[in-house]
Amino acid sequence: METVEQIRDRLLARFPAAAVAVVTNPGAAAEHALLLDATHAREIAEFLRDDPVLRLDYCSNVTGIDWPEKEITDTVKTTVADPAGGPAKVVETKTVRVEPGYFEAVYFLYSMAKKHGPVIVRLRTANRTDAVTLPSLTPVWRSCDFQEREIFDLFGIVFTGHPDLRRLLLWDEFVDHPMRKDYVEPDDYEWEPTAHGDVLARAQAHQAAVAAAAAAAPSAAMPVVNPTPSAS
Amino acid sequence: MTDAEREELRRHGILLTSLEELYNWGRSNSIWPIQFGLACCAIEMIAAATARFDIARFGAEIFRPSPRQADLMIVSGTVTKKMAPLVVRLWNQMPEPKYCIAMGACAISGGPFKQGYSVLKGIDRFLPVDIYIPGCPPRPEALLNGLIKLQEKIKGEKLTGPNAARHVRADVNNEHPIPEYGAHDLVPSKNTALWSPPAPPTA
Ligand code: SF4
Repeated sequence: METVEQIRDRLLARFPAAAVAVVTNPGAAAEHALLLDATHAREIAEFLRDDPVLRLDYCSNVTGIDWPEKEITDTVKTTVADPAGGPAKVVETKTVRVEPGYFEAVYFLYSMAKKHGPVIVRLRTANRTDAVTLPSLTPVWRSCDFQEREIFDLFGIVFTGHPDLRRLLLWDEFVDHPMRKDYVEPDDYEWEPTAHGDVLARAQAHQAAVAAAAAAAPSAAMPVVNPTPSAS
Repeated sequence: MTDAEREELRRHGILLTSLEELYNWGRSNSIWPIQFGLACCAIEMIAAATARFDIARFGAEIFRPSPRQADLMIVSGTVTKKMAPLVVRLWNQMPEPKYCIAMGACAISGGPFKQGYSVLKGIDRFLPVDIYIPGCPPRPEALLNGLIKLQEKIKGEKLTGPNAARHVRADVNNEHPIPEYGAHDLVPSKNTALWSPPAPPTA
């Protein structure tokens, strides 16, 4: 099978307007991926499926990744010649930049016809807050259907063009997307005998807060810390 | 007449029994469980029905695909909060007399997923459980043992008097409210008529 670089070069030749990049994976498996831009992802996916050399007719797995905003420190080493004639000094300048966060959908493509794969395709959202839309590849590979729904459910990526985008594992009324790294579990634990000290500590803090809220406003139906009426 | 005398008569081919005993014997040996599994424990339940463990020896082999024809609900597996209302609805659709076995750590307490946001911490919050079978998963033998325990319980049920069984009393309703889906949890998160949390430690 062609390498990812070869596929990228072919894609760039075929779709000159598209931005296709190779994301290298430094791990032992070295599963390098193709990063597609969202606007051309549908066309490129159809091309990957129908291209006679690749024939990637099967999408085995789709998964989501949350990449939160992170600080990256770049270190630049410069050699400064000593004006007094001594040995040159190496000066390190550090710059800190903030890489904005984004969500990623990762597709693993195989070819049943050609018996090769995987080719890994990644799509990235613009950010983690309001621009979380990606094109759905379910119209290209039917097997993406449930998996894109799962990603929508747990990460909150909205797939446009998906035929039936609903929550899959959680119920429709559920608020939030629990696989996001900044997800905070609702603080509604009841006290239960548990071996996990931090859970118990948290439950006790919750009980104290509920009791305080009840003492402060006995008529209030529900304390703020407890959105559901489970702990009493 | 003592039990020994009755045994003596039985050995001579004369069977003396009470209607209650006969009725309970018939019921306890023809339990029909609802064909319904939720997670890995259901695989053990299925194994209990295979030739090796043969739940048919206890008259419980007819797993009914309809709650209307079943009188035992084996809650075998993880009850997620998404599934819990449907479990309660199935229970409500079963006619009396009906019994509930909580099979495995998940059905009893949430098991390994106890502190998860999506798993119910025990089906006894919504259903009256008769038999708890611990284990993750319990082996088929454990399920059979639970079944025998349930049979003993059925055989001990009274048909008349103040301790009469639930199903012969008109004043007990064993239908339970079905919880709604809330923003994070089920609303209400438990049936307070059936279950209340243990008191927090005071120290
Ligand atoms: S108790 Fe263990 S085996 Fe049974 S459903 Fe839960 S995790 Fe699976």
